[in-house]
Amino acid sequence: MIDASPRSTPSSARPLVTLDNVAVRFAGEEVLSRISLTLHAGRIVTLIGPNGAGKSTLARVVLGIITPHAGTVQRHGSLRIGYMPQRIKVDDSLPLTVDGFLALAMSGRSRERRAALARVGVKHLHKRPVQQLSGGEMQRVLLARALLRKPDLLVLDEPAQGVDVAGQNALYGLLDEVRQEFGCGILLISHDLHLVMAATDEVICLHHHICCSGTPEAVTRDPVFHDMFAGHPAANLALYTHEHDHEHTLHGDVDAPGHQHGDECGGGKHDH
Amino acid sequence: MIIELLLAPLAAGLAVAVVAGPMGSFVVWRRMAFFGDTLAHGALLGAAFGLAVGISLYPAVVLCCLVLALTLVALQQQQHLAGDTLLGIVAHTTLALGIIAVSLLPTVQVDLFGFLFGDLLAVSGRDVAWLWGGTFFILLLTALNWRRLLSITVNEELARIEGINITATRTLLMLMLALLIAGAIRTVGVLLITSLLIIPAASARRLTRTPVQMAALASLIGSIAVFGGLLLSWHADTPVGPSIVVSAAGLFIVTLLLPRRS
Repeated sequence: MIDASPRSTPSSARPLVTLDNVAVRFAGEEVLSRISLTLHAGRIVTLIGPNGAGKSTLARVVLGIITPHAGTVQRHGSLRIGYMPQRIKVDDSLPLTVDGFLALAMSGRSRERRAALARVGVKHLHKRPVQQLSGGEMQRVLLARALLRKPDLLVLDEPAQGVDVAGQNALYGLLDEVRQEFGCGILLISHDLHLVMAATDEVICLHHHICCSGTPEAVTRDPVFHDMFAGHPAANLALYTHEHDHEHTLHGDVDAPGHQHGDECGGGKHDH
Repeated sequence: MIIELLLAPLAAGLAVAVVAGPMGSFVVWRRMAFFGDTLAHGALLGAAFGLAVGISLYPAVVLCCLVLALTLVALQQQQHLAGDTLLGIVAHTTLALGIIAVSLLPTVQVDLFGFLFGDLLAVSGRDVAWLWGGTFFILLLTALNWRRLLSITVNEELARIEGINITATRTLLMLMLALLIAGAIRTVGVLLITSLLIIPAASARRLTRTPVQMAALASLIGSIAVFGGLLLSWHADTPVGPSIVVSAAGLFIVTLLLPRRS
């Protein structure tokens, strides 16, 4: 189990959310079990794991959307959460500009909303109907909406999806800035290992339970991690480099080959 | 004078049309058309109930619609059957019960045709005052809760994370809609009320770029439809409720010919 206090954790870091021995079941099937972790202010934690491993479910427990069947979720103080979902669909019948969409998050001034859009690099979308945004543009707008709330904790579900490599670099750079400016904790969900590894303080490797966790260096050396992402270039990647030593698809997604699990990760079902 | 004869019906119709703009927009955005139908059917049951226990018609209809709305909110929390299936069960059951109840009354005092298709020409000055009172009440509630209502309509998950009570907001919307429908029964009737909610809002969609614009334009289009329907009814001696709906539909077709704004 993870104590989430690897060497780089400053002892002064404020805890935001603590999960203790959390389990979640859907239709009788255990999707998450024995999950214990703490998210701290100013720290970036990345959840990685194969599709269907329960990453989004875990994020939703942290967000308070899902109530776990067992275990406890403790939120420390009044926690303001910003959430960037993978995608949202706004009904075509609703005429809504990007500015109107942002105004829903917080009744702030128009200037603040423009500044938030400029910050994520999509200032020009201000007046665009939300239905006309591409996937990547919508994600930027969702991030702007999350930032407008000046969050204590920022949760991002697959932020690199549909964004090209240069865009991913910019995004992770932005997250680092945001963390320093707001002092907020960040929980990232990803199945894309490459850049995440360089941009995170702590990695949690999830497959229905926490298989391994720690600093990126520690996790990449963990045999469980290697079993889980066998053949994936990131597993052999020198840390904190941004060389592109593997194929990207048209959308900037890493073409991840199949994965295997060690005994520790057995018992789960494969969705690949 | 035409004007004097039509003044009360016009004022009543406009009261409904004005509030139907924003409410109808929510119905369109949230795909709740069938919900409006179900409530309208329940109104008939309310009327029969009111006659049976000897209380006046309007409070009985309002009460029945509000109770029905709460029941529907509660039913929607369960996951086994799709929303439209549940609504279908409730709508047709209440309609059947309403008609049976009406038929069992010793002397039929309910103008069934009036309930089904509206009886706008029979409204009194007192009715008009009540309708406008209800309209302002609903508009005020909508304005005060606008951001919340819109937020759960755009995305419930984000709204919830941002601290909005989804169930309370959704219930508020349902109750406002129930109140509107109970009040509107007299104007266009059970069978046509949904169209007065949906057609003006749908007409406004192509011509607007923000939710507020759409709601306001829907109110305007509804008002023109009421006006046009009364004129049609007066000149061609057609039933008022259907005339209003037909003129709304005519306006909808006209908007299809206009260039789209967003």
